Amino acid sequence: MLERMRLAISTLALVILGAGAAQSGTPGQPSPWEINFQPAATPIMEFIETFHFWLLIIITVVMIFVTILLIYVMIRFNAKSNPKPSKVTHNTLIEVVWTVIPVVILVGIAIPSFRLLYDQLDLPAGDLTVKATGTAQWTWTYSYPDNGGFSFDSNMLQDNERKPDQPRLLAVDNELVVPVNKIVRVQVTGEGIIHSFSVPSFGIKIDAIPGRLNETWFKAEREGIYYGQCSQLCGRNHAYMPIAVRVVSEQAFAAWLEDAKKKYSSVPGVDPAMMASATAPARR
Amino acid sequence: MAYAAAHADHHNSMGFFRRWLFSTNHKDIGTLYLIEAILAGVIGGGLSAVMRAELAEPGVQIFHNAHMYNAFATAHGLIMIFFMIMPALIGGFGNWFVPLMIGAPDMAFPRMNNISFWFLAAALILILTSMFVPDTSEGTGFGGGWTIYPPLSSKAGAPGPAMDLAIFAIHLAGASSILGAINFITTIFNMRAPGMTLHKMPLFVWSILVTAFLLLLALPVLAGAVTMLLTDRNFGTTFFDPQGGGDPILFQHLFWFFGHPEVYILVLPAFGIVSQVISTFSKKPVFGYLGMAYAMVAIGGIGFVVWAHHMYTVGMSANAQAYFLVATMVIAVPTGIKVFSWIATMWGGSIEFKTPMLWAIGFIFLFTLGGVTGVVLSNTGIDRSLHDTYYVIAHFHYTMSLGATFGIFCGWYYWFPKMTGYMYSEFLGKLHFWLTFIGVNTIFFPQHFLGLSGMPRRIVDYPEAFAGWNMVSSFGALLSTIGLVVFLISIVDAFARKRKAADNPWGVGATTLEWTLPSPPPFHTFETLPRIK
Repeated sequence: MLERMRLAISTLALVILGAGAAQSGTPGQPSPWEINFQPAATPIMEFIETFHFWLLIIITVVMIFVTILLIYVMIRFNAKSNPKPSKVTHNTLIEVVWTVIPVVILVGIAIPSFRLLYDQLDLPAGDLTVKATGTAQWTWTYSYPDNGGFSFDSNMLQDNERKPDQPRLLAVDNELVVPVNKIVRVQVTGEGIIHSFSVPSFGIKIDAIPGRLNETWFKAEREGIYYGQCSQLCGRNHAYMPIAVRVVSEQAFAAWLEDAKKKYSSVPGVDPAMMASATAPARR
Repeated sequence: MAYAAAHADHHNSMGFFRRWLFSTNHKDIGTLYLIEAILAGVIGGGLSAVMRAELAEPGVQIFHNAHMYNAFATAHGLIMIFFMIMPALIGGFGNWFVPLMIGAPDMAFPRMNNISFWFLAAALILILTSMFVPDTSEGTGFGGGWTIYPPLSSKAGAPGPAMDLAIFAIHLAGASSILGAINFITTIFNMRAPGMTLHKMPLFVWSILVTAFLLLLALPVLAGAVTMLLTDRNFGTTFFDPQGGGDPILFQHLFWFFGHPEVYILVLPAFGIVSQVISTFSKKPVFGYLGMAYAMVAIGGIGFVVWAHHMYTVGMSANAQAYFLVATMVIAVPTGIKVFSWIATMWGGSIEFKTPMLWAIGFIFLFTLGGVTGVVLSNTGIDRSLHDTYYVIAHFHYTMSLGATFGIFCGWYYWFPKMTGYMYSEFLGKLHFWLTFIGVNTIFFPQHFLGLSGMPRRIVDYPEAFAGWNMVSSFGALLSTIGLVVFLISIVDAFARKRKAADNPWGVGATTLEWTLPSPPPFHTFETLPRIK
């Protein structure tokens, strides 16, 4: 019964939305004429999508209600159909009703909202920690403190470097690589300027702020490449510092790790994360 | 009438400079504010039209580089907020009609009123100059957004003098508003005509009173923040620089402690105007007057304790975010009271759909739409996805920008006959309304989709997937730009045709004191105070 009601409401929502709330775009990136979130790849994003779906129903009903009231008064109480205006200026009951009902609705919204908030911010014990540093040169530097601390830069691919199937302004040379179905904790900081690390399909966005180490987490449940863009105005290259996360199987991750350690840890015994910050002023 | 004629004579004998530069008359100063606001609105609107033209398709076509786009976006925000909406609603209509509605001969401090306006004029010159002086090696004009967050606005991010000029502009505009606020508070508390108790004041006067308190309490915080920014930039302090023990997030807290009340500063006077207009054209007194007045007081009060909902992604603790979530949601309650009371005012009325009424109904629709998306954004868990995307752009344009702008046009057509003595053309006024209403919805409704889909704000170029809705949005900008042209034509038309306006062109519904005066009112009004029964 409940399932059928939900189905009926979903159908209503689909009609309201025109094309469909549950349309399936390309995973991990925006699709043309998309009217809803990108498909979820983490439990948190699934929560966000479900919660937003119900919110959308509520706000659509409120909006339709107000619009119908407006149209009704415009037709019923225009000067032609109602030449003599009434003198009513008070009605305590209705004033109490339209104060209390919104309060009830808001309490109903707040309860799941708290759950979502604490799910997002109570960081679970991670299987892997990665660090993303937004630099003053509009690149993201990723490092893997659990695995020897090697680090590498991730830059947007220019038009001549891109393969045909890679999206413009989103594809990068070196993606952040993580294993599937593992809890990944992401430490985020900024170097000289504030950026924001955001991956829409994961439901995460956290500012990269100089002098602060922020943290968030995700657990990607499907392999693939997930794109995001810097989400805090950071100067001239703000539109050109995408975030790309490649989610791979555990074995593939282990193999990549071996390669990456060799490729990126050129100075053994020195923490490259520290190297990066030490060389930053010189680069600037 | 004889004394009115004598006074009309008296002001004609004043030279142009004496009358307009040294003006201490609330009506003339109000007119100056309105002219300034139209000028700034055309400039700020023009900037956004160029931005929408650029965003019509992917790639960078119009701007030399991204910096130029960022500078346009920054100037658009600052000019529209500080030099279009605030001067029109508070300086313009507030100056014109607060004294008239409470039966006062003028503002309490006429000379301070004069300096308030000229501070603002100087600030406008500074902010416009700022667009043409160097910022970074990339170009001129500060490009860090109207929120001027450091480090983008500190010496490292914006080495040129553009930012310093913008800071001075904000300082001057802020001082202008603080002086204006003191003037309004003093006038409303002390100069009401006999019998005009606080609970008999028209809601527009209530809205200006609450707004004045918000200005008085919020703007000094902004002034402090930009002063610290100025000394960070020029005198080696490190308030916002972690390398010296400072914190860029401190600036964000200070900024939004001002910034959130600021959005109510922008929209509350529009609430007031819409209340007057709906009551006038429904030929009914406002429904639930006390609820309406104290809803505005409540919105103003709560507006001071929700600021960090602009900062859900900076890494605040979960409990702090939970608090701001709840506090933000609470605002929906008094706002709901206002929307429902407007509809209840129309209920049982005898509504005439003159141009001002169309703008008022348009306002209710747009403001409600922006309000419900505000409830969505108040949920910090969802805001995590929507923060700094086009969803936010759509939300705040629906509420404070379109809300305030529709309030301005609502007041403009409502009071135009009173201020000028001429009737505007109903045809042009309605054409202006429909072009704008359809135009702005076409601009901003699709931006919800872009935001959900993940398009960040403040980017000059976007991935191809976002192209469709951006094209639709830019088409809407074209429509509303045509609307703006119709607005300017309607002003020229009204002054060219000189259709005489009656003292009260709106009939029995217009019950406030300004409609008892001639149109246009004489230079000095209420030299003998009216008595309110």
